[in-house]
Amino acid sequence: MTLTEKILARASGKAEVKAGDNVWVNTDVLLTHDVCGPGTIGVFKREFGQDAKVWDPKKIVIIPDHYIFTSDSKSNRNVDILRDFVKEQGIPYFYDVIEDPNGHWVFDASQGQLKRQYAASYAGVCHTALPLKGHTRPGEILFGTDSHTCMAGAFNMFATGIGNTDAGFILGTGKLLVKVPETMHFRLEGRLPKGVMAKDVILHIIGDIGFDGATYRAMQFDGPGAQALDMDDRMTIANMAIEAGGKNGIFECDEKTIAFVNEKTRLNGTKSTFRPVDLDRDQTFIYDKTFDLSKLEPTIALHPDPGNRALARECAHIPLDRAYIGSCTGGKTSDFLAFAQIIKGHKVVIDTFGVPATPDVVQDLQNTEWKGKTVWAILEEAGVQMTENASCAACLGGPTDTFGRLNRPMNCITATNRNFPGRMGHKESKVFLASPYTVAASALTGHITDPREYL
Amino acid sequence: MSQTVSGKIYVVKDNIDTDQIIPAQYLNLVPTIPEEYEKLGSYALCGLPESAYPVRFVPEGKGQTPYAIVVGGRNFGCGSSREHAPIAMGASGSRVVIAESFARIFFRNCVATGELYPLETPRRLCETLKTGDDGTVDLEKATLTINGKTHNLKPLGEAKPVIDAGGLFEYARKTGMIESRGK
Ligand code: SF4
Repeated sequence: MTLTEKILARASGKAEVKAGDNVWVNTDVLLTHDVCGPGTIGVFKREFGQDAKVWDPKKIVIIPDHYIFTSDSKSNRNVDILRDFVKEQGIPYFYDVIEDPNGHWVFDASQGQLKRQYAASYAGVCHTALPLKGHTRPGEILFGTDSHTCMAGAFNMFATGIGNTDAGFILGTGKLLVKVPETMHFRLEGRLPKGVMAKDVILHIIGDIGFDGATYRAMQFDGPGAQALDMDDRMTIANMAIEAGGKNGIFECDEKTIAFVNEKTRLNGTKSTFRPVDLDRDQTFIYDKTFDLSKLEPTIALHPDPGNRALARECAHIPLDRAYIGSCTGGKTSDFLAFAQIIKGHKVVIDTFGVPATPDVVQDLQNTEWKGKTVWAILEEAGVQMTENASCAACLGGPTDTFGRLNRPMNCITATNRNFPGRMGHKESKVFLASPYTVAASALTGHITDPREYL
Repeated sequence: MSQTVSGKIYVVKDNIDTDQIIPAQYLNLVPTIPEEYEKLGSYALCGLPESAYPVRFVPEGKGQTPYAIVVGGRNFGCGSSREHAPIAMGASGSRVVIAESFARIFFRNCVATGELYPLETPRRLCETLKTGDDGTVDLEKATLTINGKTHNLKPLGEAKPVIDAGGLFEYARKTGMIESRGK
């Protein structure tokens, strides 16, 4: 069996499953956030009753992260709906924006967008926060009301996005009917060359198989090239399985995985036992291809879809109005450090926005010093508008007062993961996906730029 | 529920993602709150760029669409997992969406909510059909008839009884997977 099949077999109590089987699986973790949580809670109450209890409060993780730093009153209310539900159900893992369990969240626009407006409990973007808070464990099943839930596949788990109705069903029963996907095998060999990042790997692969090349399928990444990648890189790659239509992306479990998971579960006191799945000799793949990472170059997904691949060096003719670094995929500490490596000592020539994925990233950047200056200060001095308010921000547009949102037609290069029309705001805008290196180099020139010129 | 759906069709192309079906700024609306459900309907497909789609799916100032049937190309419903997408289309009064292929989560959300029948077409219809054509979809036979011509669609298979029942929960009750209401 493939890694995905092994996890699904175990979670459904079967010795073996094969692609195409429909199986009821037990959920280890259910994740929801402020955009889909209220609707999920609504479905749960409508279907199981106003007084119903969730199947297991400890297996539910609720992370407000999408529409937080906005004056939109409905968005603020949605965080309150989550808080009320958490209180009612006794859910321990709720990463609230405010401290007071009886309070109301109201964003104070008068303080501006840049200054921190959250309590210590706040965790930032759910997919990045989830592993940091010790909720990803090898061999487990994670469902989330968000398509990029597949990011947790980096930790050798079956992780996939679902809708509110399915999530409401899980809240009541802990179970979900899943069709076992066929597995596509991506064997990675070689090391990433200078100037090339994990983001380039996945943009290259999506360009290869197409924006729907993995629809209904699992994407399994293994081989020496995958082992050489660190956890952040694996997360970037697994995150974008959905951009090829994939049901999930999954990596092997190795020492790096175990060290990460052990540390984070200990720090947050979450469940620390787990059973990884390893590679079988006998696996059936619907697709099998080897990619040599050392051959890759800085890659772009052009407007209007993530599979519209080009090389950065071929795109110098494309002028830009804005650059953006942030999101679950591209707003991790390692992403910002790569970005800063190119930006340092220069000035950006287009509007450039930086939105850390989590509060930890803000701290890392404010504590890391290069030649006596913090990375945060280096970015600010270069003209990057850095906000401490870690969240999804303009990655998905959001309410019109969202930090960095494209409120008029423009060309934007971004380290985020999705570029369908309207994704970052205005529906006539053009969005170009790239690695943090490429976004940085392009911010310095005002057109799409191969970052190797700066390294 | 009737087994045929007749009405005007609205034609779109490939990769209609959930942002075009319901732009992210309206995700502050909670589908299980009745007024907000209706509002979602009024915004259905309003994220389509006007440059490519000059005719609106839901006319300005209206809550309902005149188009009961949507015909698209490949990868319909790709992007986010927001259930707001099939719900917005269902709330606007649309019943059927026909495409060459669907993104997995959108398809599943159509079925789970019972809001829309997602039918696959083996042939590319979005180049030949025009917005405003009158069509009839027969859900039993899996056909679309337009201007006297009948196109075969792929049968819905295991998803059909779930939508017929009104979605995942009604289906789960009907088949005894969860307790029926009122106990
Ligand atoms: S950062 Fe973007 S892709 Fe990630 S969860 Fe938020 S909206 Fe989704």
